Amino acid sequence: MASQPPIPIRLARRATDAVDIDPDGPRRRVLVTGLGTFWGGRVAQALEANPAVEVIVGLDTTEPTIELERTEYVRVDANYSILSRIVQATRVDTIIHTFLVMDPTQMSQRAMHEINVIGTMNLFAAASAAGSTVNNVIVKSSTMVYGCAPEDPVWFTESTPRSRPPKESIERSIEAVEGYVRDFAEDNPHVNVALLRFSNVIGSELETPLTRLLQLPVVPSIFGFDPRFQFVHEDDVIKSILFAFDNDLPGVFNVAGDGLLPWSEVAALCGKRTVALPPIGTGWLTTPLRQFGLLDLPAEYEGLLKYGRGVDNHRLKNFGFRYEHTSTQAVEAFIRAVRLRKVVGENEPSYRYERDVEQFFRHSPAVRRDRRQA
Amino acid sequence: MPPENSDSKKAHSSQRHSEPPLKNLAAALPVETADSLNEQATLETALGLDESNATNRELVRLPKEQPRNPDELEERRRSDVNEWGRSEHMREIARRVYDPIYRRWFRVEWEGLEKIPPGGALLVANHAAAIPSDAPVIMHGIETELNRPVYGLADDFFRTIPVVGTLWNRLGGLPAHPDNAYRLLREQDQLVLVFPEGTKGPSKTYNERYQLRRFGRGGFVEIAMRAGVPVIPIAVVGAEESMPTLFRIPSVARALGVPYLPVTANMLLAGPLGLVSYFPSKFKLKVLDPVYFDVPADRERYSRSRVMDESEAIRDHIQAALYKMLRERRSVWFG
Repeated sequence: MASQPPIPIRLARRATDAVDIDPDGPRRRVLVTGLGTFWGGRVAQALEANPAVEVIVGLDTTEPTIELERTEYVRVDANYSILSRIVQATRVDTIIHTFLVMDPTQMSQRAMHEINVIGTMNLFAAASAAGSTVNNVIVKSSTMVYGCAPEDPVWFTESTPRSRPPKESIERSIEAVEGYVRDFAEDNPHVNVALLRFSNVIGSELETPLTRLLQLPVVPSIFGFDPRFQFVHEDDVIKSILFAFDNDLPGVFNVAGDGLLPWSEVAALCGKRTVALPPIGTGWLTTPLRQFGLLDLPAEYEGLLKYGRGVDNHRLKNFGFRYEHTSTQAVEAFIRAVRLRKVVGENEPSYRYERDVEQFFRHSPAVRRDRRQA
Repeated sequence: MPPENSDSKKAHSSQRHSEPPLKNLAAALPVETADSLNEQATLETALGLDESNATNRELVRLPKEQPRNPDELEERRRSDVNEWGRSEHMREIARRVYDPIYRRWFRVEWEGLEKIPPGGALLVANHAAAIPSDAPVIMHGIETELNRPVYGLADDFFRTIPVVGTLWNRLGGLPAHPDNAYRLLREQDQLVLVFPEGTKGPSKTYNERYQLRRFGRGGFVEIAMRAGVPVIPIAVVGAEESMPTLFRIPSVARALGVPYLPVTANMLLAGPLGLVSYFPSKFKLKVLDPVYFDVPADRERYSRSRVMDESEAIRDHIQAALYKMLRERRSVWFG
């Protein structure tokens, strides 16, 4: 696993020393996994604005894609074999684990297993090692863990067990991850663990199997079924992670917008027609289509296109969280973003991570980091 | 979690959220966090740039969408499918189509409808006919007579049939999951219809008509107890004769993966059309006295023996009412 020599970590002591802070408030040292992903990057970006956060260390296999000011990026291998050293060295108190692959179409099963299961295992091994300073863990999971079956309730609460054992690798993988989270929470009662289960995320930027389906010329459905879908806007996802961070939320929380939308209505909102796939042998038909790259419908979504899934979001709301979007509004935000992209094209940010430059700005004595002067 | 803990959190954050709405979402939500933390959002980078031109150096600077005020989560829906999948529009069409069948074909007569109290209640009835005709009759009847929607809980097998499953859902049908029943009864004060016999009721053959099967494991009693609502037993006469099962073919049923495969008199007379045509038997429904359980709601578990006793008592009650109604019935077709 030591193919890449770990980059020695030097903390941005000087940079943070200059930040004027509330002397009474505790300063938090945060580790964010998946810094190069959409979620990790945006969470780190938001945390940087929080003066109560002293240190942000971001791990990933790939470089960050958004510009970060004081987050320390550490390149690691997919399953974090050097993690315990990082935790020891940085003495982080909070781990925000966003690096979980929920989209099985993007990589092989094996790669996904390495990232999700082995990565989480190592993460928690490091967090529960002797002398660990971690006392807060936030994990970004998915409502996929509830599965999808005809005997499901319309609304899953956090304690409803899934109806059938998981079949697809992504579901098994998420279930294994949640198993590690549970074990960790049980073995370390002094650590506050928040497990956030996100529903189908949609919004202006993120790409998921569902957003790809909704951008096809015609939207596939399954004949005779009009399942109901729940969505959560990407901003609400970030907001809920920060909410869990600020309030030290304990336990499991569903994060999903209000309301369930029939798939036909989602397609209608997008201004698309649906085309019905046969209800029997759907897999036989979609596999060749997938081979030709015409349709990217992972097996988990076939169940979803029949029965849908709804989760109860009251628990998080009862703690005071306010959503900015309902399911419908999340879809509408997505549609507006698609319309705009159609006209102006992909608006790729031009930021590219340059290690030397980033190191310079963080650590060079030549850079003035006094934040109070401006 | 300790309750006082969650309460204080709630108070804290609601106070936080009553601050003026967020004005700017330029850098992926840091503003809100910063606002809440003493306006310390001095987001100057090490470069000395301020955040508005530092976060994204895009060719065209796209303004981020403004977050809306969470108090005004107004929605523009394209359909009226509610949170349970029920559509009032579809219901209206179904009412118009079904009303002649209800009034002219089955000539449904109710007795004791006034016993259904306002608020949530679990309706429990005997179940019959190969393709059950009692559920639509009860749902349509209560909806038109009392002007209250009824949510029918059905075997989840229903949901796996294309078109039928979706239609059933749009017309107020749900998979029989205790969570569904609890939420409807406890939180929304709705009427929920359940057939505790399950598929054992409609699958029985004609010679066993009006003899109630086992009432499951008494789950319906437990649901009513947990939701703190009464059970209202309903005795239905007429459904058995509307589509009588002559015999069953278990081997084919297994091969097809269906719970039971009946051969009905309707099929023998009308062929495949027999699947969708009922005999015009006279329907009489009798609402029995509501059964209130004197137990606290929201318990994790209830005494198993108590649940089984109540379940058995309700079953006996319906059975006795059925025998009484059958004794008074002069004709299958004219009541």
